[in-house]
Amino acid sequence: MKCFFVLVRRDLSLALRQGSDAAMALMFFVIVVTLFPLAVGPEPGVLERISSGIVWVAALLAAMLSLDRMFQTDYDDGSLELMLLTPVPLEVLVLAKCLAHWLTTGLPMLLIAPLLGVFMNMQTEAFPVLLASMALGTPVLSLLGGVGAALVLGARRAGTLVALLVLPLTIPLLIFGVSAVEAAVTGQSAKAQLLILGAMLMACLPLAPWATAAALRQAAG
Amino acid sequence: MRIRKLPRECLAAPYRVEAGGDLPYGVGIGCEGIAFMEVFGDHRFEGRGLGCQRGGRLVFDRLDFTLASGGVLILKGPNGSGKSSLLRTMATLVRPARGDLLWDGVSVTDDPQSHAGMLHYVGHADAAKPAMTAEELLTFWSGMRGANGISVAAALERFGIGHRADFPARYLSSGQKRRLALARLLVSEAPLWILDEPTVGLDVDGVAALEEAIAGHRARGGMIVAATHIRFETGDRVAELELSGFAPSAGDLAEAYGALGAELRADAFRDAS
Repeated sequence: MKCFFVLVRRDLSLALRQGSDAAMALMFFVIVVTLFPLAVGPEPGVLERISSGIVWVAALLAAMLSLDRMFQTDYDDGSLELMLLTPVPLEVLVLAKCLAHWLTTGLPMLLIAPLLGVFMNMQTEAFPVLLASMALGTPVLSLLGGVGAALVLGARRAGTLVALLVLPLTIPLLIFGVSAVEAAVTGQSAKAQLLILGAMLMACLPLAPWATAAALRQAAG
Repeated sequence: MRIRKLPRECLAAPYRVEAGGDLPYGVGIGCEGIAFMEVFGDHRFEGRGLGCQRGGRLVFDRLDFTLASGGVLILKGPNGSGKSSLLRTMATLVRPARGDLLWDGVSVTDDPQSHAGMLHYVGHADAAKPAMTAEELLTFWSGMRGANGISVAAALERFGIGHRADFPARYLSSGQKRRLALARLLVSEAPLWILDEPTVGLDVDGVAALEEAIAGHRARGGMIVAATHIRFETGDRVAELELSGFAPSAGDLAEAYGALGAELRADAFRDAS
C-alpha cells in the first residue's frame, strides 16, 4: 500500500514540475468549448440545448490528449521495467498511475466545467449533476485510457492511435453523462444515469488495471 | 506461441549457447563448503533448458545454468548473441519460450512477482527522470522496493555522487546517471543482482565503486549475473557463460521450433539442408 502512495506522489510532483502536459489538456478543454459559441452563433437557446453534450465531448477529447504520455516516459527511460520488477502487484501500480493521471487532468477539468457551463448558458440547476456525472466519468476515462496508453507503447503516432482505441469505448460514458445533465435540465431525476455511471466506474476499477498490467508486461517483454 | 512462417534470418544466424568446460550446454557453479554471513540465506537460482525467441528468431536454446549464494555468472559473447535477452529472461521481463527458471527449486515463471522481490535489475536505461533529483529518485525506488539497505545518502556517497544529491538528473552526466542507477542496488536489499553492461559510461573510480559493491554483496551471500568486462578474481564461485553463434542443422531447428509449438514450412527445411 505504501508503494501506491509513493508512486502517486512521484507522478504528481513530476506533473507539477513539467506542468505543460496537464495544463495543455485543460487549455484544450477550455478552447474546444469556447469554439462552439463562435461556430454555432451566440443564441442562448441553442447554446443551452447543446451545452451538456459540448462539455462532455470536449472533456473526452482533452483527456485523449494527455493519455499517450501516461506510460510513455516511464517506458522510454526504463522506469517501467523497474516497476515491473517491484514485489508489488503491477495492477496496484497501474491504479496509482491512473489516480495520478486523474488528479492532474480529470480533476482540473471537473473543477472548471461549471465555468464552461456558464459560457454555454447551462442552467445553474444542472451544475451539481454535471459535476457529479463528471466526477464519476472522468476516473473511468483515466482507467480506460490507461489500457489504451499501455497498448500503444512503442507504436508510432501513439497519441492518435490511443484516441482511436479509447474513444469508441467511451461512448456509453458520453451517453449517460450527457443524459444525466439533460434530465437535470428538464427537471427530472438524474439518479438512474448517475447510478449507471457509478456502475461503470466500479466495473473499470478492477478490470482496467488488470488489462493495463497485461499490456504493460507485453510491452516490456 | 505460433509462427506461421519461419523467417529466413533464423536459418542464417541463429545462436546456441555453448558453455566452456566439459558440460555441453550448460554451466554449473558449486560453492558448497563456503561460509557466508547469513544475510540472504542460502539460495539457488537455476535455469533448465531455457530457450528464448525474439522477433521470431531463436536467440538461444537449451541453456542450463546454476547459481548459488555468493556465486557470479559472467555472460560473454559478441553483440547480438543474446546476453541481454538471457538477462531479461532471468529477470522475468521476458517469458522463456521454453525451459524453466527455478528459485530454490521452485519455478518462478508462474509467479514473477515474488521473484521480482528477490532481484535487482540494472539494464541499459538508467531510469533517471530529468525533473527529479538524484536523492528523490533513490528515495522513490527505496520506497517502492523497501528501504532495507543502506541509507540514500550513504548509497550516493558510495558511488561518489553524494555532492550531486540535490541536482536534477537532467544535469547529471551519463556516467553519473549510471552511478545513480547502481546506487539503487544498495538502498534496498535483494539477493540476486542482474547487471547488463553495468560499467558502460563509468570511469575508473566508478568501476572501482561497483567492484567494491559487488564484493560486499557476494560476501553477504548475494549472487550476481552480469554481462560485463569487469575482472573478477578467479575462483570456483565465478563462472563464465559464452554465448556464441552457430548454424544449426535442419533437424535441430525442427526440434526446437516443434517444442515451441511452431509450424515449419517445408521449404524452410530445404533451405537449411
